Amino acid sequence: MILRYEVSGEDLSLAGRASAEVKRAMGRLGVEPADVKRTAVAMYEAEINMAIHGGGGLAEAELNSEKIVITMEDEGPGISDLNLAMQEGYSTASERIREMGFGAGMGLPNIKRNADEFFIDSSPGKGTKLKITVYFGKKEAV
Amino acid sequence: MTVRDIVKTLDGVLLTGEDLLDVDIEAACGADLMSDVMAFVKENVVLLTGLVNPQSIRTADLMDIKVLVFVRGKVLPKDMIAEAERNSMAIITTKYSMFLACGKLYEAGIKGGGIREIC
Ligand SMILES: Nc1ncnc2c1ncn2[C@@H]1O[C@H](COP(=O)(O)OP(=O)(O)OP(=O)(O)O)[C@@H](O)[C@H]1O
Ligand SMILES: [Mg+2]
Repeated sequence: MILRYEVSGEDLSLAGRASAEVKRAMGRLGVEPADVKRTAVAMYEAEINMAIHGGGGLAEAELNSEKIVITMEDEGPGISDLNLAMQEGYSTASERIREMGFGAGMGLPNIKRNADEFFIDSSPGKGTKLKITVYFGKKEAV
Repeated sequence: MTVRDIVKTLDGVLLTGEDLLDVDIEAACGADLMSDVMAFVKENVVLLTGLVNPQSIRTADLMDIKVLVFVRGKVLPKDMIAEAERNSMAIITTKYSMFLACGKLYEAGIKGGGIREIC
């Protein structure tokens, strides 16, 4: 099954809804809770990033009984130094974003840790694309 | 310790989730930044936070965290309580600060940390 969502970059109170829906769909499909959880964490972090840093975009999840492949694409400002952005603790989040509970600089590292495959492509001025794959029944939740 | 014990220990008020009062809680996580919560891995966790924002409920939902404590006497908007109710969560408020609330729970027996090993 393929699930598609538009993630708003304006109404930040909605951010996370797509991930919550994907989580429920996985539960209905009978995916193991540990796999559901690491998928949910990875997608939620990516969804929040897309909403707060990327100005919103499109999320797509391709789900079957073996794996889930999530693609998140925005046309925001992009990331100029990916190595830096992948480091724990690095964040450009504003005070306003911090007040919402984000900006620990842990999102991208959390995604990488929870995914079996993680691909990120970003260029300044163009936007950011993430691909997250989780295989079911393979790995303990981390 | 049970959710009921947590309410008592924190001189708290349970806003929703009466059916969870006898659920056993083994570990706690205190955080205002949601990615810190996302790095937390234990089961049967209570989340203590000062973040009054729908994202705290959503983060807990995604992490299968069923019990939330809002510290420092925060007042919760109705729609947040409703979202927690829909997700079958228990919401507790306490007038204690984050530091005191964590300290009191620790003293009362919740010792289990759950953060992954920092290498
Ligand atoms: N979709 C995106 N578009 C533009 N910049 C991004 C995007 N995703 C991440 N970034 C940049 O990479 C940095 C690190 O991202 P990361 O998710 O690790 O941390 P954070 O979002 O700042 O904080 P946290 O995720 O802990 O709440 C961000 O501060 C931001 O500068
Ligand atoms: Mg982030």
